[in-house]
Amino acid sequence: MESTIVKAENYNSYFGDNHVVKDVNISINKNEVIAVMGPSGCGKTTFLRGINRMHELIPNASSKGKILLDGENVYDMNAIYVRSKIGMVFQRPNPFPNLSIYENVVAGYLLNGIKISKADKDVIVEKSLTSAALWKEVKDSLHKKGTFLSGGQQQRLCIARAIAMQPELILFDEPTSALDPISTSSVEALFHELKANYTLIIVTHNMQQAARVSDRTAFFYMGELVEFDDTKQMFTNPADQRTQNYITGRFS
Amino acid sequence: MEAKIGFRNTKSVIFKGIIVFFAFIMVVPLMIILLYIIKQGIFQVNWHFLTNVPAPVGEPGGGIVNALVGSFLMVLMAAVVAIPVGMAAGIYLSENPRTKLAYYSGLCVDILQGVPSIVVGIVVYFWIVKPLGTFSAISGSVALAIMMLPIVIRSTEQTLKLLPDSLKEAALSLGVPYHRVILKVIVPCGFAGILSGITLSIARVIGETAPLLFTAFGNPYLSTSITKPMESLPHLIFTYATSPYDDWHNLAWGASFILLMFVLILNIVTKVITRKWKVQL
Repeated sequence: MESTIVKAENYNSYFGDNHVVKDVNISINKNEVIAVMGPSGCGKTTFLRGINRMHELIPNASSKGKILLDGENVYDMNAIYVRSKIGMVFQRPNPFPNLSIYENVVAGYLLNGIKISKADKDVIVEKSLTSAALWKEVKDSLHKKGTFLSGGQQQRLCIARAIAMQPELILFDEPTSALDPISTSSVEALFHELKANYTLIIVTHNMQQAARVSDRTAFFYMGELVEFDDTKQMFTNPADQRTQNYITGRFS
Repeated sequence: MEAKIGFRNTKSVIFKGIIVFFAFIMVVPLMIILLYIIKQGIFQVNWHFLTNVPAPVGEPGGGIVNALVGSFLMVLMAAVVAIPVGMAAGIYLSENPRTKLAYYSGLCVDILQGVPSIVVGIVVYFWIVKPLGTFSAISGSVALAIMMLPIVIRSTEQTLKLLPDSLKEAALSLGVPYHRVILKVIVPCGFAGILSGITLSIARVIGETAPLLFTAFGNPYLSTSITKPMESLPHLIFTYATSPYDDWHNLAWGASFILLMFVLILNIVTKVITRKWKVQL
């Protein structure tokens, strides 16, 4: 029943000589919502960016080990192909300011020069915006610039943009840390909906959020994956002392 | 205490007054120059003036069509070379600011910007005019292109540097290859700024006389051959204003007026376009 979609094997990341992610082994199943939490600088974002090979774009950055996507090592594939298979949503909403809402949703096709018919585009736009719970709000202003939307709407637009590429996996890098509480809850509600069709990995330093939205939680500390377990289990009865300390707020 | 605060307020008011005064003073000479050129030049300009070559001494009438065409052609050729090269260099500098090549080419751009235009003219004279054995429009264009380059490079670089990295990451994370990220996202988002740099560089070189003295030289007849000497607005102004004839002085005033209007309109158009096309980040 449960099939693995992403698996890290002895995965390590570096910035120059700085060893940021240390020997991570993790296996994530299809249609799971995974929260990755830990204090600032623990390597959680770096790990996330290693999955779709965004990490290597930073000068001096390097990595070792394997990330298997459907059994195939992403580091043996073309980076551009990997990134088109894995969606990503960033900390700050970053819709393309030169494109309309409509064009933003199909940006993955437009910018890659993939030709699709107007009818197909219309379908993709409506479906993606509906999945991102944004269709009702923007269906009458599809040709306005995406940057006129509120922060929360922009973030959902970015989610729609990721969904439009039909990825199997979507990575979220602290997706609500720049949003107000109302926008945050609208994005969180969306995670539950998206679970049906996608696998989500959400980096967050908000423990309540991790507890609310995820099936399983990974706790990173000083670059190590300390604990990876059912979210409920982890928050009620953590196995590792460091996890316990973090959850109870003994360090941050 | 109260008296002290009152005194501080007075100082602030005086300071503000001084700033406003100098800001106003700065505008005065500009306005005087503008008005004077308009007064001297505007009555010279008519259809005949815009469509005829200068008349020989003693004959009435005559116009500046040779200089209009010449300036247009030479600036166009210079722009065709300088804009793509300058934009490419600007993109490189903003994308790879920490490389050695960026350091040295950035330095070169700064130096190039400071090279007096007459020196550019002399260099191009030895590069192109001497080997070819004749003054030519193409050598004038090369000189103008060299003058345009640093402005285009720096404005492209500065504009693109202001765009947030998150924009690039958004495109890269969709699997867009690097060259498309630059051409389809980064450049379009910075287009207003790049364009204003381009028009500024055109406004700057269209009035340059010195680099054309040894290169395009000048031509009292209408010529469109790029291997022959060609007239330009600033060069026409220079030769006719320094002549001893009143008719020719009037011609120079008319040409000055046209040149001034062109630069003015170019600046206004730039402002409008920049406002209209500016992307909201």
